Amino acid sequence: MDGGVGYVDVDALKATELRLGLPGSDEPSEKPPPPTTTTTTTTAARPSKRSLDEDRAARREPSEGGRATSTRATKAQVVGWPPIRSYRKNSFQAMKTEAEVAGLYVKVSMDGAPYLRKIDLEVYKGYKELREALKDMFKCFEGCKGSEYAITYEDKDGDLMLVGDVPWEMFTSSCKKLRIIRGAEAIRGLGSSQ
Amino acid sequence: MTEDCDGEEQDEETRRWSPGQGSSSSSRGGGSGASASSPLKTRCVRGRVDQPPPFSGLVLENVLENVLQFLACRRDRNAASLVCRSWYRAEARTRLELFIGNCYAVSPARALGRFRCARALVLKGRPRFADFNLVPVGWGARFSPWVASMAVAYPWLERVCLKRMTVTDADLALLARSFSSFRDLTLICCDGFGTPGLAAVAELCRNLRVLDLIENDVEDEDEEVVDWISRFPETATCLESLSFECVNCPVNFAALEALVARSPSLRRLRVNQHVSVGQLRCLMVRAPQLTHLGTGSFETVPAADGAAELDVAELESAFVASKSLVCLSGFRMVAPEYLPAIYPVCAGLVSLNLSYATTTAEQLKPVILQCHNLRTFWVLDTVGDEGLRAVAKTCKHLQGCQRLRSILYFCQRMTNAAVVTMSKNCQDLVVFRLCIMGRHRPDHITGEPMDEGFGAIVMNCKKLTRLAVSGLLTDKVFEYIAKYGKLVRTLSVAFAGNSDLSLRYVLEGCHKLQKLEIRDSPFGDAGLLSGIHHYYNMRFLWMNSCKLSLRGCKEVAQRLPRLVVEVFGDQNKDLDSDAVEKLYLYRSLVGPRDDVPSFVKIL
Repeated sequence: MDGGVGYVDVDALKATELRLGLPGSDEPSEKPPPPTTTTTTTTAARPSKRSLDEDRAARREPSEGGRATSTRATKAQVVGWPPIRSYRKNSFQAMKTEAEVAGLYVKVSMDGAPYLRKIDLEVYKGYKELREALKDMFKCFEGCKGSEYAITYEDKDGDLMLVGDVPWEMFTSSCKKLRIIRGAEAIRGLGSSQ
Repeated sequence: MTEDCDGEEQDEETRRWSPGQGSSSSSRGGGSGASASSPLKTRCVRGRVDQPPPFSGLVLENVLENVLQFLACRRDRNAASLVCRSWYRAEARTRLELFIGNCYAVSPARALGRFRCARALVLKGRPRFADFNLVPVGWGARFSPWVASMAVAYPWLERVCLKRMTVTDADLALLARSFSSFRDLTLICCDGFGTPGLAAVAELCRNLRVLDLIENDVEDEDEEVVDWISRFPETATCLESLSFECVNCPVNFAALEALVARSPSLRRLRVNQHVSVGQLRCLMVRAPQLTHLGTGSFETVPAADGAAELDVAELESAFVASKSLVCLSGFRMVAPEYLPAIYPVCAGLVSLNLSYATTTAEQLKPVILQCHNLRTFWVLDTVGDEGLRAVAKTCKHLQGCQRLRSILYFCQRMTNAAVVTMSKNCQDLVVFRLCIMGRHRPDHITGEPMDEGFGAIVMNCKKLTRLAVSGLLTDKVFEYIAKYGKLVRTLSVAFAGNSDLSLRYVLEGCHKLQKLEIRDSPFGDAGLLSGIHHYYNMRFLWMNSCKLSLRGCKEVAQRLPRLVVEVFGDQNKDLDSDAVEKLYLYRSLVGPRDDVPSFVKIL
């Protein structure tokens, strides 16, 4: 996608993600910087702000374990880059933390069902779990016609996509809502069975 | 006193030094133009008055003072002060605002001793790269010695504006106690204080008109948070501006609302993100005369708003009533359904800051299409190209944009062609800061370095005074900057250049250069030494993670005795290593400072 040296795939991927926080700011953005100070200080950032960010980072670690996409890259953490004031970074941290604490809730609709449901995508580790959960959730609506259905989702561009094509982490970061399509449409649409 | 003082750079005392003169530059009580010195050598006039002038001289000085009091621009004042001793004295007596661009360039005693009648102080401390965690905590720039001196020397002090200083609660308390006429306090990117300090200011500064807290690191342990808003006097206040977006703890809303209600002169109010949209509406109803509004969260907060959600129509009517609004900011958490409430004020807006809101193009368009008078606009790239096109189409004062004066743009990647286009369309640019966040990124279409793009900027934008470069850059771009960037005063460089040539070009070519900050670029001692002729004319040079060595830095320190050369950095490095991780050098009239932390070495 671009002619960058070495970082290409990682950054291209990152560039297409829609997420809170400024593009280019690594998450978590406040990794401990390379040691730059001596005995009088512990880190380069003010102690109170630092511990706050580290707390947040620590809290997020477990849930981020499976979701880490391009942070798996070997790109070295660079102190103070991009040059965004920590004040602003911390504002975005706060926003992100709130969103993450709240979970990744998306609506789930099923053709013919009288009401929708909401699920937290973060709870599931992969597609298998998701399918099972959805099946469970909607089994009361399965008619005697049988259970031919396809699970689709609306992505951030507004397109209706079939669930399962992309890596799980990419899916969770781009899924806006889920839609379970039933009946003839579903059968026609399904190429290879899931 | 505006936030981004990109205007004046010079310290009020230091003049053009000719380092080649060596010791003669420290001419004590030297001739104030009496000798037939060469035009190139301008001496600094010291603050000594050896004997009083004759009576006729006194009369003239009085007349002069009456004239000089109308001179506001500090550069003009600096020039006037050099004419002769009489003018020097008259100017010193009539200077009302003291601007000190580097708090370590001069001592409180000297500054206050020369300007005995100042009523306002603007003081800047840490180098800008401190904002990006490149300057360790505890480096310095403390307000304490200044406020202590002023408490004695300036009992009539009215205004203080500090940027990147460490200000303690005790400092604020001393300030509040010492100056009965105190009216304006502006703190930008400062740290060291918390709500106790704010409480002292609120309570004791009875004539307070301005309390603007902008992007400060306000530290409070949870248990120690003080209800500072309640400390304002119970009677009507003279408050004109109150900004506390950076105060991270919730404020007592009832007290805030009451304060706003009894502050009839309030024109600017910027609240923090703990103020919900429902609470904001209450405040707006109390103060329909506001011209500047910082909206806080702009979403419902159940704890604050209770069960009932604010009706958008109600919010909108509050905006309708705010007929004087010209500047809108905040939008920390924006609930998109509330955004349309601002439509009624859009046509009158001169400044709109959405840089904390992840607004999409669809959300932005209906807003921006009404903002015909916008001059300043901050937005995130969540609006995408489509959003920016809508901006360009509507905002004639910003757009496309012959009149654009300042661009600050962050992106992942860029092309030379785009930057060249910007340079041709916006020839009035004074500030151009492009941050290609991917380090060493070339033009993503041609694969070329970004030299030509930035070259075009300096070539076409002849008024450019501030430039920040990024992306893959070779020595060539610095050759362009040196050749064409003759007015550039501030230059920021990161991950750029091939060799010392780059640094040499800039230091030899940019005659107006005042502030140079460089990081992670392959510049070494040779480059550093090429600036010896110019460092006395600069406010500072900052370099980190380059290729400097102690030897080179020491040489600079030796050859320029009026320069303070600080090195600091990674203590974990080899003791044998001669490498310098961080260098900060600046001219100073008072030599090495006495508050140096252990990790800093002054050469």
